[in-house]
Amino acid sequence: MMEARKYVWEGAIPLQIHLHESEVTTLPPPLPALILAPRIGYLPLLVPHIKPHFSSTLPPGIDTVWFDYKGLPLKWYIPTGILFDLLCAEPERPWNLTVHFRGYPGNILIPCEGEDSVKWSFINSLKEAAYIINGNCKSVMNMSQPDQVELWRSVINAGNLEAYIRVSSKLKLGTVGDEYAADLYSSSLNSRQSIGDTDSTGQVKTGKCFTLLDAVKSLLPEYFPYKSLNNEESSREEDKDEEKVPSENLSEHVESCYSSDDAEVKLVRIQGIEPKLEIPFSWVVNNLVNPEHFLHLCVCLKLPQVKIPSDT
Amino acid sequence: MDILSWDGTLSSGDFRLAACAFMQKWKSVMSAFPPWSWVPCPKQPWGASASHDVEGYLSLENIILSCYAQEEHDEISCPQKEETSCSEKEELIDIATLVQSNCSKVPYYDLHIIYSASYRVPVLFFRAYYSDGEPLGFNAIEKDLPAHSAKALLDSKWTFITQEEHPYLNRPWFKLHPCGTSEWMKLLFHVDVSVAKNGVTIELYLLSWLSVVGQVVGLRIPLEMLNQP
Repeated sequence: MMEARKYVWEGAIPLQIHLHESEVTTLPPPLPALILAPRIGYLPLLVPHIKPHFSSTLPPGIDTVWFDYKGLPLKWYIPTGILFDLLCAEPERPWNLTVHFRGYPGNILIPCEGEDSVKWSFINSLKEAAYIINGNCKSVMNMSQPDQVELWRSVINAGNLEAYIRVSSKLKLGTVGDEYAADLYSSSLNSRQSIGDTDSTGQVKTGKCFTLLDAVKSLLPEYFPYKSLNNEESSREEDKDEEKVPSENLSEHVESCYSSDDAEVKLVRIQGIEPKLEIPFSWVVNNLVNPEHFLHLCVCLKLPQVKIPSDT
Repeated sequence: MDILSWDGTLSSGDFRLAACAFMQKWKSVMSAFPPWSWVPCPKQPWGASASHDVEGYLSLENIILSCYAQEEHDEISCPQKEETSCSEKEELIDIATLVQSNCSKVPYYDLHIIYSASYRVPVLFFRAYYSDGEPLGFNAIEKDLPAHSAKALLDSKWTFITQEEHPYLNRPWFKLHPCGTSEWMKLLFHVDVSVAKNGVTIELYLLSWLSVVGQVVGLRIPLEMLNQP
């Protein structure tokens, strides 16, 4: 079990980072920076490694760093691996990003003041997970200062899973077991609010393991009308859902806007892996969860009815 | 709802009910202000499923709060819009023009009340801007707030302001962090004897909640009005 988790923890994405052309003041322009970005890390944390590469060519001014992918400003508080899984349906290696040191789009992106902002956002998410699991944030808020520092260090030095487990186990956020999961899921599904409260969607069959497919169905029942997920190839897979699933509880986020009837789930990607949907959900949670104790599910939808002009 | 065992939270179905009751109560209690409206948000933009309840949030936009609304300009709640309910009264329009030319730095607020599924409580999202559209940063908002109540709230461990992405509009808004809400909502209902007598009701939840958090943005709701049937 530890091996799988360690493998995931150490996963990284090769990035090729280009300085935005408006900020290049020297000739010849600088070559892009090549850097391996930890999946569980965050883009602003890479800036100290990237900046030296470009500092001699930047225009005068104060740095306000942000990244974009094909013109889309990237939300810096989302772990790098999830951004990649969401935005690159066909994984791009290396992943080509553009970095900006000026002109922060403050009307679109919330401000980021470097590592402190990222740490705050991380702790905030951890508090949210604790609240959902335990009904309060106390275990996170009562962390000692040394523990907090060690927890954060273990995340940003992505090799240190042992240190992370040592500190995070004190938070009593738990791991998920199979039988226990069955009861939890049926009760947490009943409390899932965006479906009618008395709806019996997602009643778990007794004696059967709760699988990843069961979890996805309970989160996105609208995409599982009367058929089961199949592996058809699709020519159009532009839409993505991102869902965060803290252990034992479910919430979701939608990230695109094409219109269609009959959308279907085409694939589910977690930590860059497309697990078989029959895998017990408890295994998925225990091994693929992010350090802030959320499980991020990147779902690719097939929209057969939409005619999208192909890129040329 | 048994007040002693209640944990201060509510379900999203209850939130929807509470929102309807809240909009009604607001009209009678806070008649000087424009009404709140409910903004529905389909779960998927492409309307994948019709069978689920549509989520949504409460919205009150383009309002003046705090000292500007409390002094001589009490009748004015939405002076800058041409299509306002005040527009049929000419005196008010004259005063409105006066307000605008004298107080061009009057900040306007947009308030959204959005349900948090994680914390199971409502959350106040807000932003402020001047009449020319220029947004206010956090420091400017802090300066604008009524000093005593805002300071106390901001210093409290239970309420603090962060800047986060609006869950539906995908833009940075200010938000009052929800992690203490259930605790002080529980206290609020325990301490207020008249409410305790009637028990916790969904109808009272949002108005009571807003009477606390609203102070952070300078919105004052006279609490005694909560006891009106």
